[in-house]
Parts: sequence; structure tokens; C-alpha cells
Amino acid sequence: MFSRAYRAAITVPPVLWVTIFLVGSYALLFCYSFWTVSSGQTIVHSWTLDNYRELLRVDVYLQTLFRSMGIAARVMIFSLLLGYPLAYYLSFHAGNRKDLLYQLVIIPLWVSYLVRAYAWKTILGSDGVLNTLLQYLHLTKHPLEFLLYSPFAVVLTLTHIYTPFAFLPIYASLEHIPRNLVEASHDLGASPFQTFWRVIFPLSIPGVLAGATFAFVLSLGDFLAPLLLGGPSGIMISNIVVSLFGAAYNWPLGAAISFCMLGLVVGLLFLSERLEKKWSFR
Amino acid sequence: MVATTNEVSVATGVKGTTTLLDIRNVAKSFGPNPVLRDISLQIAEGEFLTILGESGSGKTTLLRIIAGFESADAGEIWMAGERLDRQPPYRRRVNTVFQHYALFPHLTVAENVGYGLRVAKVAKDEIAARVEQALAMVKMAAFAQSKPAKISGGQQQRIALARALVNRPRLLLLDEPLSALDANLRRQMQVELKSLQREVGIAFVFVTHDQEEAMVMSDRIALLRLGELEQVASPREIYSRPATAYTAQFIGHTNLLRGEIKDGIARCSGLSWRTGFRDGPALFSLRPENIRLANAATASGVVRLRGKISRQAFHGATELLQLECAEGLMVSVRTATRENWQGELELEFSPADAVPVRESEERH
Repeated sequence: MFSRAYRAAITVPPVLWVTIFLVGSYALLFCYSFWTVSSGQTIVHSWTLDNYRELLRVDVYLQTLFRSMGIAARVMIFSLLLGYPLAYYLSFHAGNRKDLLYQLVIIPLWVSYLVRAYAWKTILGSDGVLNTLLQYLHLTKHPLEFLLYSPFAVVLTLTHIYTPFAFLPIYASLEHIPRNLVEASHDLGASPFQTFWRVIFPLSIPGVLAGATFAFVLSLGDFLAPLLLGGPSGIMISNIVVSLFGAAYNWPLGAAISFCMLGLVVGLLFLSERLEKKWSFR
Repeated sequence: MVATTNEVSVATGVKGTTTLLDIRNVAKSFGPNPVLRDISLQIAEGEFLTILGESGSGKTTLLRIIAGFESADAGEIWMAGERLDRQPPYRRRVNTVFQHYALFPHLTVAENVGYGLRVAKVAKDEIAARVEQALAMVKMAAFAQSKPAKISGGQQQRIALARALVNRPRLLLLDEPLSALDANLRRQMQVELKSLQREVGIAFVFVTHDQEEAMVMSDRIALLRLGELEQVASPREIYSRPATAYTAQFIGHTNLLRGEIKDGIARCSGLSWRTGFRDGPALFSLRPENIRLANAATASGVVRLRGKISRQAFHGATELLQLECAEGLMVSVRTATRENWQGELELEFSPADAVPVRESEERH
């Protein structure tokens, strides 16, 4: 049907792209994770499992990983709690304001992540907007210290940033529910509340799973929010990777942690896809 | 109006005279467009009533107003002495079979059928028994554990029916439920649906655009045109005594003869016959099957006409001929099948078969 030249022309660029920038660089990183760094700060190209042993031996790595997962889990839950009602309202009750509201939800995505993280810094700091307001209203005498440089600040910021990501797939799945199913449910005597729990929610589960996966995975690998707002108690696993590839100059250990993270994320994506398939009926 | 002097008005199958649903002066507009204007219609207990109309006639909107998915701008709907139109759809003892069935894709066939009973918090044992019975009624017991996506359109149709009937509604609404099926299955379902309706004795309001389907199944047909009721009558009545030109043309095939009545004589395109109707301009509907080949034995009391055959269409059991008569009059005639009708024919019809009809006004 198509000439060989044409097929080659459209196939080769993406294959090259994936090979060089994905497979190649991951393979290199994978090799690094089995090498070591000598005392003279050079990479020793001999194969060993030491980096992976180090990961399990030193408490701080696993602790930080678990803390990261805890933060990501909280971000996921709050994003769903905010994103679902929003998506539900837009899809079923917003009427002709739907498009406008949809744009309003999307607009923050066009604003730089860094700007939004900094915005929270100015809101939550000791001299920040929130503390100033609380003191002005005489609700507190001193600035609340836990607001900034804490896991709280990280969860709050990441929730703000990733709620649209949770919202979008939920909204898409709600939009795909044929409205005659809702009518059929009412017709069969189900109240709006029963209709929600028995028809709408079960049919939106694939969207919820996709949204939850987005929020969790994106938060888990985040390093800017903890860097800017986390303080010592809000450090996440990516901060450790960043420092290992930077100041600490231990690429092999950094690569080993990266690969553990990658395995975790790929496992999650696989699981989420399996579950989404199980809950989709078309 | 139409006189039904000798004709016995056979209200076939209108069971009893108890009115179940009373639609009073219902009107509805979408924006500036009126969809229904001043609809009044009564439906009797156990009746099979078909709302027939072309697309855009407002038939589905009327059904949705009865079900409660749309609200009327004006008018009232009463069911068995209670005001229905103020209740939300989930409180109405009315169930609907949707055009595309609207089965819940995440539930099994049995769960779909049991849905209404479950939300009504009926005891589990009773749900199981009634679901089984409903599935047996539509011959789908073997598919109880299947998901809707795994069964065919005709089977989904049966499940939608069982899901509605299991709740024992006072009234069942059916929105073109057969339109997605192919012709053979469709004819089979028409018969099944009709006998099922007799069996359960629930009043059916059936919406369709297919006049043949309406004729086969209904006790009465309500013909809707551009948001107004054109005629409400039994299939026989509506076919043999159409009230308007539109009805005559929409239900079956007809010849419209335009002419004048003067001193008890109707005159159309060179034809004339005695009639008991009022003087003035007149429009007559004459069915093609009521025109036959002239017969020497019935020379009196019939109207004779000659025509040249211009077209012939084979319809299986019959043949439809198009004839060109005097004064540019074109008539369709239904005859027995024969290959190659040709030349001129001498035809006749009885004056009683020329039914005066009202002009259907143009509306937009």
C-alpha cells in the first residue's frame, strides 16, 4: 500500500528517538547502578550489588521512601476528594457554565510549576499572607511555624498542583457515561443518591483509578516542592537522588534508587491498568 | 367532521373504560420552538396505545414528559386520580423501555432486571424469585449471569422489557424499542410484545415512527404531527376513516381527490357521485385497494373511470399501478399481481370509499 521509503521515513524517527533518549539512557543508568565510586571520586566499572545492599542497610533511604509514599498517598486522597466532586458537578450540573469552568480548572496547568510552588511559600511563611492575616484577626499571637517547611506544606502544594491531573480523567469518564443510564436508574425508582452510588460511581472507577495513579506517581517523584517548602522533615526520595547525582557525587547509588523507584512506578501503572480494564465495560 | 353513519366504530381491545392516564392540555417548547401544543389524551387501563409520528413530531418529548425526564410548560398529567407531573421520575409508577435499552453495563442481566426491586429495598428472596420469573417471561433465563455487552440487540431488548415489567408498573412507556432491530426480528418482536402486553394487562404507551408497526400492535393510535394530535382512533378507524389529508397519506397509501360538493353531488376531475356531505370545496381520500377493475355486473351505484397505465410497482402480494386519467388526474390502484399491465383500464369504486378528509394546514 505505502512505499518502503515512506514507511521507513515515518518509522525511523520515533524509533531512533525512543532508542537514544529512553532505552539507551535507561540502559546506561541501569549499568551505573551496578558500578561503584572509588575514594578518588572516579567511577569503578566493576559489577557489584553493593548499591542495592546499601539501600536496604541504611535506614534513611527506606524511611525517606516510605515518607515519600505517605506524602504521595495523602496528595492522591486529597486530589481525589477535591477533583471528584468538581468533575461530578461540571459533568452533571454545570449546564452551560461547563466549558468556562473547565477552562478555569485547566488554566493553572499553564502556569509554571515553580511559580505555583513559590506562591505557596509566600502564603505559608512566618511573614506570609496566611500568618499575617491570622495575627491581624487576633486568632494567633505568633506565626504558626508548622505551615512552612513541613510535610504539611508539601502535601498542600502538591495537592494544589496535581488536583487538575486527578480531575481530568475523572471528568472524562463521567462525560462518557450515557445519560440514558441515569434516566433509566431514576425511571426504575432510584433516588439521585442511589443513582450516584449504584450507577455513576461504579462507571467512573476507571477515571478515578487513572486520576489516583497520576496524583500518586507524579507526587512520589516530585523534588521541587519538598526542596522549596519541605524543610528537613519534608525531604522526599527524589531529593536524595538529586543530591547523589549532584553534590554527593554518587551516581551509582543514585541510579540504584532511581531503578527501585522506576520498578515501583511501573508496577503501579501496570496494576492500575489491570484494574481499569476490569472496571471498564465497553 | 367525519361521519361514521353505517360504520360500526370498533374500538378494538380498549379494555373497560377506566381512564388510567389523563394528559390535559400539555404544551412544551424548547427555546423558541414549540414542540408540543395543547395535547390532551386519555389512556385506559390495560390499553395498548401507540403515539405515531415522524421525527420532529414531538412523540418522544411527550413520552419523556410522562416519564418525568422533561417537564411540561403548561398542562397537567393525572394518573389514577393523582397528579403525576409534579412528581420526580423515581416516584412515578411508570417504567420505560428506552430506545437503546440503557442497560447498566457494569451489572449482570439478573442484576439489571432486579435493579428496581433492589433500590425499592424488596427482600432478597423475593427479588430472586421475581427476577427469575421476569427472565422466564422473556425467555432469557439462561443469560441471567451474562453482562449486557455479551448478548445481542434483540436479547438486550428483552432484558430491558423484563427490567421494566418486573416492577409491575401501572403504565409502561416504550420509546421506539424495536427501531434498532432488523426487519425479521422486528416483526417477531412485534407479535411477542403484543401478546406479552395482553398477558400482563399493563397499559403500554408505545412510540414509533413506523405506521405498519403501529397498525399491527395498537388498540388505538394517536397520530402526532408537528406537536399536535392529528387523530386518535383504533387502527381500523384511522385507516378507513382518516380525519385529515395528512393522516390518510401517513397511514397507508392513498389517492387524494380534490373537488367540490354541490347539491349533494361530489365532482372531482370529471368524476361525480352522490354524497350526503355538506356543500363546498372538498378533499376525498380513496385507498388504492378500493379501486377495482370495472365489472359489468355492478354497473349502478359505482363511479367509473378510465386511465392509461403509466407505472407499475410490484409489492409481492399485490401490484401498485399508477394511472393517468382524464383531466390530468393521477390515481394509484392496487390490483392482483400480473406481469406487464399495459394500456388502458376501465376502473370503478364505490362512492362510500371516497372518504372526505380535512386539509392538513401547513405549519412550521
